[in-house]
Amino acid sequence: MSDKNLPTWEVFIQPKTGASFQHAGNLHASDKEMALQNARELYTRRKEGTCIWVVKTEDIVSSNPEDQASFFDPADDKVYRYPTFFKVSKKAKGL
Amino acid sequence: MTEKKEQLFQDKIDAGLKIEPKDWMPDNYRKHLIRQISQHAHSEVIGMQPEGNWITRAPSLRAKMVLIAKVQDEAGHGLYLYSATETLGITRSELIEQLQTGKAKYSSIFNYPTLSWADMGAIGWLVDGAAIVNQQSLRRTSYGPYSRAMIRICKEESFHQRQGYEIMSKMSNGTPEQQEMAQDSLNRWWWPSLMMFGPHDSDSAHTSNAMKWKIKRGTNDDLRQLFVDRTVKQADLIGLEIPDPDLKWNPESKHYDFGEIDWEEFWEVVNGNGFCNKERINNHTNAHTEGSWVREAALAYAEKTQNGV
Repeated sequence: MSDKNLPTWEVFIQPKTGASFQHAGNLHASDKEMALQNARELYTRRKEGTCIWVVKTEDIVSSNPEDQASFFDPADDKVYRYPTFFKVSKKAKGL
Repeated sequence: MTEKKEQLFQDKIDAGLKIEPKDWMPDNYRKHLIRQISQHAHSEVIGMQPEGNWITRAPSLRAKMVLIAKVQDEAGHGLYLYSATETLGITRSELIEQLQTGKAKYSSIFNYPTLSWADMGAIGWLVDGAAIVNQQSLRRTSYGPYSRAMIRICKEESFHQRQGYEIMSKMSNGTPEQQEMAQDSLNRWWWPSLMMFGPHDSDSAHTSNAMKWKIKRGTNDDLRQLFVDRTVKQADLIGLEIPDPDLKWNPESKHYDFGEIDWEEFWEVVNGNGFCNKERINNHTNAHTEGSWVREAALAYAEKTQNGV
């Protein structure tokens, strides 16, 4: 008897209309219909969302946590990307 | 090199940061997590059986719907936890094999039989109550996927405990026969519930690293005490008596003192000699074997239609 593991899928849920999708977890399923149905049964038994995305885990590309420092390094020295970098008169309103 | 990595790892833990699947971790941390989380997952899955036993005999449609929803939640909790375990590099089929061959354990409480409807009350109130104490503490565990699973589970688990307590309070306010059933059920489930927290800290093989690595956030004895303190008052309120002659309030420690657990019974059940050990695993193995054609057919269908892509 073969006992192959069914592939894993990552589940993303939109908690309400207009909101960003958030990662909820993963599950095993043989195809995308099963993945979607299992995601509903597993992650939205209490009306947790308005829409679900499923994507095969192997199709996700992730940065490597060990490279965190060098990978995000380009953002380290650009304080001018924040509004507080700029000095303006307190009298100027609406900025 | 490894020493430096271990130091960085420990620094991260000490700073209260979470460890994620792709982060470096000591082998023993990984092993401890696989053992603990899979044991937890197996407990959720095997825990469906004692309650499943009463679905067809629930006393009302309401009670039946609630019980089905609860058992379905347990399945869901098992799946969240299997997913978390799999992030550590072990497959689902390996996990299931470990359960079925006895290499992995599950909570011994599920090797006790459910003899009356009141047991559905006692399980929800006491067994889920004890599990909640443990799980609330584990929300702060250092491994990210485990912590996230615990947060999700705790949100769902409180309905389980309330439904159990509702059954117990209805029965203890019911006919004399119902009261007797409720008390009998408490008598049978009380001590096994205290055993759920595991051996005394002084006898527990796994506690010290688990605390250093913040896998566990409370010791077995501390969590057990918290459960006793909470539960005694709940029992009083519905007129049930905890079956422990040594139980009394200690004004100095501000906790309840309680009697010694029968550790011989605990180890007997852990080692496979409880009432239902064989039955539980046989049922699991049979269901898994009988379902194998479904998994095979689903995979064949996915290949044929290529809609898995």
